[in-house]
Amino acid sequence: MTTFFGIPIQALLGQLLVGLINGSFYAMLSLGLAVIFGLLRIINFAHGALYMLGAFIGYLLLVQLGIGYWPALIIVPAIVGLFGMVVERVALSRLYRLDPLYGLLFTFGLALVIEGVFRYFYGVSGNPYAVPALLAGGTNLGFMFLPNYRGWVVVASLIVCIGTWLLIEKTRLGSYLRAATENPELVQAFGVNVPLLLTLTYGLGAALAGLAGILAAPVYQVSPLMGSDLIIVVFAVVVVGGMGSILGAIVTGYMLGLAEGLTKVFYPEASNLVVFVIMAIVLLLRPAGLFGRDA
Amino acid sequence: MSEATLHQERAAASLRLERALLALGIVALIAAPFVIYPIFVMKMLCFALFACAFNLLLGYTGLLSFGHAAFFGGAAYFCAYAVKAWGWPPEAGILLGTAGAACMGLVMGFLAIRRQGIYFSMITLALAQMFYFFCVQAPFTEGEDGIQGVPRGTLFGVLDLGDTMNMYFFVLAVFLIGAFAIWRIVNSPFGMILRSIRENENRAISLGYSVGRYKLAAFVMSAALAGLAGATKAIVFQFATLTDVTWQMSGEVILMNLLGGIGTMVGPAVGAGLVVGLENTLATSGFPVTIATGLIFMICVLIFRRGIVGEIYARWLGR
Repeated sequence: MTTFFGIPIQALLGQLLVGLINGSFYAMLSLGLAVIFGLLRIINFAHGALYMLGAFIGYLLLVQLGIGYWPALIIVPAIVGLFGMVVERVALSRLYRLDPLYGLLFTFGLALVIEGVFRYFYGVSGNPYAVPALLAGGTNLGFMFLPNYRGWVVVASLIVCIGTWLLIEKTRLGSYLRAATENPELVQAFGVNVPLLLTLTYGLGAALAGLAGILAAPVYQVSPLMGSDLIIVVFAVVVVGGMGSILGAIVTGYMLGLAEGLTKVFYPEASNLVVFVIMAIVLLLRPAGLFGRDA
Repeated sequence: MSEATLHQERAAASLRLERALLALGIVALIAAPFVIYPIFVMKMLCFALFACAFNLLLGYTGLLSFGHAAFFGGAAYFCAYAVKAWGWPPEAGILLGTAGAACMGLVMGFLAIRRQGIYFSMITLALAQMFYFFCVQAPFTEGEDGIQGVPRGTLFGVLDLGDTMNMYFFVLAVFLIGAFAIWRIVNSPFGMILRSIRENENRAISLGYSVGRYKLAAFVMSAALAGLAGATKAIVFQFATLTDVTWQMSGEVILMNLLGGIGTMVGPAVGAGLVVGLENTLATSGFPVTIATGLIFMICVLIFRRGIVGEIYARWLGR
């Protein structure tokens, strides 16, 4: 058997794939955080809870209404996005004039409530979500066995990340958004409805989290706790990448996922810690983050 | 009346109010164990000290740490391990826990103060989560079980802490010493510099203060006092578990401050009492604590940002 530093190459590639999958979710979530932070100056602690909400809505659509995976890919982000817009209108819009820390604290409370409600009704155990029939099974790539669904997750997350990046960098709406990030008062003076833009942005970020959730449902168990553990790692990703650039958030997400996968091969005990260790090192060497503009 | 004298009047009134509350509070605390279940009051006192230590950082330096559970729970582990495995007396265990928390504060603070504002919060949260994962895996914490059956021991070789009243008055003494230390820090020249950093960091820099060092010093002091609270709690309850190092615990101490009044001397202690009391009530009612905590968070942030004590100050002093 081929080995690489004494590790069977299959095991190495297998863990790298797991890392890539995790990285896909880190990338999608840190992307949403960066989009929201860019315009609203709020760190959305509820991002993990919205991700969990997405997975749970997908699960409930399937179990209660018999609506399958493919329609859920559209319905779930729509519902989570609408929910996000309501939250922004009702509550977050009142906090923009205050210290950004209040936004963090409010969304922290929101995350606790969402998580608490699902824990109350569904307990802490995970619920399996079957892989859609179209993507069941796997493909033998010659050097390794690739479960089709996992391949799809990587492709889908790349599409989502690149799509969002194009939306922000290349479209008219995106240009409003970038302009409003730089100077909201001026953009408002030009006749752009900035409050609406803020609502849409939070909705978009929430929808991205929901989409990540439904994509994650067949990979991980659907559980009320799936979001809160993830969000803290994503915060570390965001600190490493710096929230100044959308592309930076995406690239850092994938990189740290891969780093985690590699650590699992060589030193499994540290795989939980590696993202945080990298964060500490980056803080020592480059406090502004790898892609950060603001110190 | 000029602006300055008006301000002085208010400051004096605020001081009088604080002194009156303080005297009332101490009398109530001495009487409390004869009226209320002492273990419950001890729990309140430990959390009150924890909340006040946190307020030193949030209320007086303007730094929102989302990782204080690491100091509280970490110190509990150090103390419990030293007392149980090495047979240290309780006072030595508590000192070790406090010193351990201070060292952790030095490392975490050194990393976290490299970024400001919202990033500071995220870094402290991430580092505390790292410590949590460490505690899950490290053998000395005994994993999910935690360190159980920690002997209370004999304080200074004379006072048997197995006796509930002895234990209570020891905890009360620790709380008062800790609270006094915080009061001294806040009202010292050092504390004034911390406040100036909170109000306008750039101006403090331009006045020649090495802001980073002051922030780090405040962080370490806050961590050490949080550790003192955690280590004392480990002796009271005779165990140290993972619960105290989770991010939920970091959130809880923020809630205590928010509810009681950030940046007031007694607010965090009041908030701690309310949160602990509320959790005790909810534990028997079946209503999930997480939902209640989250709702209070949201309500406080939206309409009640001054907190209870802050609101009382504002009303009574006509601000």
